Amino acid sequence: MGDRTGLEIIRTLQDHAVHKGFGIYMECTALQLLLDGERLAGVVGYWRESGRFVLFRTRAVVLATGGGGRAWRITSNSWEYTGDGYAMAYDAGAELMDMEFTQFHPTGMVWPPSVRGILVTEGVRGDGGILLNQEKDRFMFRYIPEKFAAETAASEEEANRWLKGDKTARRPPELLTRDVVARAITQEVNEGRGSPHGGVFLDIASRVPAETIRKKLPSMYHQFKELAEIDITREPMEVGPTLHYFMGGVRVDSDTQMSTVPGLFAAGEAAAGMHGANRLGGNSLSDLLVFGRLAGVGTAQYVRGLGAVPRVHEEEVRTAVRRATEILNRETGANPYAVHEDLQNAMGRYVGIVRTEAELKSALGELERLKRDAATVRAPGASQYNAAWHEALDLRALLVTAEAVTRAALVRQESRGAHTRVDHPGEREDWQKVNVIVRKGTDGRMETRVEKRADPPKDLAAIAYAAIEDLEAGRA
Amino acid sequence: MPERLFRVWRGTAAGGSFVEYRVDVDPGMVVLDVLHRIQARLANDLAVRWNCKAGKCGSCSMEINGKPRLACMTRMNQYGASETISVQPMKTFPVVKDLVTDVSWNYEQNKRIPPFRPLPRPADGSYHMRQEDVDRVQEFRKCIECFLCQDVCHVLRDQSRKDLFVGPRFMIRLASLEMHPLDTADRIPAIRGEFGSGLCNITRCCTEVCPEQIQITDNGIIPLKERVVDRYFDPLLGLLRKIFRR
Repeated sequence: MGDRTGLEIIRTLQDHAVHKGFGIYMECTALQLLLDGERLAGVVGYWRESGRFVLFRTRAVVLATGGGGRAWRITSNSWEYTGDGYAMAYDAGAELMDMEFTQFHPTGMVWPPSVRGILVTEGVRGDGGILLNQEKDRFMFRYIPEKFAAETAASEEEANRWLKGDKTARRPPELLTRDVVARAITQEVNEGRGSPHGGVFLDIASRVPAETIRKKLPSMYHQFKELAEIDITREPMEVGPTLHYFMGGVRVDSDTQMSTVPGLFAAGEAAAGMHGANRLGGNSLSDLLVFGRLAGVGTAQYVRGLGAVPRVHEEEVRTAVRRATEILNRETGANPYAVHEDLQNAMGRYVGIVRTEAELKSALGELERLKRDAATVRAPGASQYNAAWHEALDLRALLVTAEAVTRAALVRQESRGAHTRVDHPGEREDWQKVNVIVRKGTDGRMETRVEKRADPPKDLAAIAYAAIEDLEAGRA
Repeated sequence: MPERLFRVWRGTAAGGSFVEYRVDVDPGMVVLDVLHRIQARLANDLAVRWNCKAGKCGSCSMEINGKPRLACMTRMNQYGASETISVQPMKTFPVVKDLVTDVSWNYEQNKRIPPFRPLPRPADGSYHMRQEDVDRVQEFRKCIECFLCQDVCHVLRDQSRKDLFVGPRFMIRLASLEMHPLDTADRIPAIRGEFGSGLCNITRCCTEVCPEQIQITDNGIIPLKERVVDRYFDPLLGLLRKIFRR
């Protein structure tokens, strides 16, 4: 399946769902969660095709809304990744966790401009692709962090042996964690050794036979051929970092996936905790399979144990609908597309791969201004399939998400995984023991606090701290 | 940045017409980029269905200068420098608004197809398949359900016989199940009957528009037609069946 593994999982689940007769609400956008006291009681949404509102009275909701990459300009995420799940959960009083850990994938497309950010799969490097700068230097050998030196190849010769399956050889440095590779690329570009369009070269053409490339990386071959007019079996690709994945999200119980709001569950990228500070390639697919199931089991258990059915309060529904329709009824107001673009630029400039306190504070200032713009945003036209209205509705979620990331990034004064503070270099032991929690304060403002992590169960801890040899030999 | 003239169909199920927009086009842009620019600057409420912008989700199907295409995979530099670009919704499906159509008929067809029914699991717990059998089915599983093949199919588009033929997309879905080495269900009677394999007259228009380059006609529909013929119209088999009353 090569670079189509995720797609195959989607197909299989989709076929199964179709034949099981699952109800699927196509193009129905959730806008707000409704509570009865502390418990979840329903969801207000709207149908894109008609522009009409819909109320779901439900005892439980599982958020599977993904991340919020669309708050950045250069992202691999599609337009739906607006952090709507984070924002809905936040508004309902749920806690968010680890929001500072936003993963920049090292290899996104950089040219042409219209596809900037689209993902170039790790598989290219896994199958032998190497990173080169303008001077044809395989620069990753210069960026091997001390803590990974023991498991990373020291020479090109050794890296090549690893690719051929030699068990005594160590992994090529191109396969170091995503944060390491992303920072290395950024540094090469900043120091003037980048490719013509501001990235670096990813070369598989000179390393692997054309036939093998087409067979193992069919999607990438197709993507570059069609979108960049580049034949990756003959020429190198140009790549650069792109915002790809949120390790943080809605804080959930790891056995049931329930958030701090009873009846509200989350799974996948919408949930926090699974990937720590830095997700490894391929792990989100296994996350979905394992924790998606746990969320389903947890939800069923919760619903069965629930006594009285929670009631939806009509006033809350009216407020949600009014908040959405105001955007259509305004005579004047900001252009939602322009506000979104400003947000993307601000996040790209101030909350990037490497961060400083001063930049993060500038971001908060920008966000305050953008929140005021977003509060008066206007979408012309009718509610039916109105792209501007949808964009305007997304803005709120994008802003909550962006603010949560920025505030959490300010709090964590160390560099760990995907979160790099130039003003606080290196990992610090005291920060390893804590998570940054974000929630809505009683005054409606965003609050952060630092909370000590609970110790993991002994059996899991044993696996986590085991040496790789013991894991592979099944001794841990 | 050269300015280009775009004619975009605007309207709803009640009717509509082409509206002209003049817009700057940057190097490397695809048609979907230009539509987004029109949306951001000139027509904020323009309806366009899209998602991945990389030819993987099959959402932005529309007709560009008369050809069914994915807007995200249609590069502007394939058109003449002063050529006007006309964009309209897929004709075979009812319009919702502007460039967005209601493709739910397709989902209804999918539900009618008898699901995968695998062989019992072997004693060692794992299934075994030959690589060539996997490759054959894998081609069909590349389908991204953009429904461009359905849009261009004469039976569905010009003859409006959605009641008799499921269309190329679902012939491919049927083929992926029928040719699956582990599947045990028999769909041949239904392929001939309710799914209408006989209506396809092999003009290959569907294959031509497929953004995943699936050989819909040659590798999917024709083999299915052959299986139907083998079952129902093979004279020798027919004779043998009569003799042995199978």
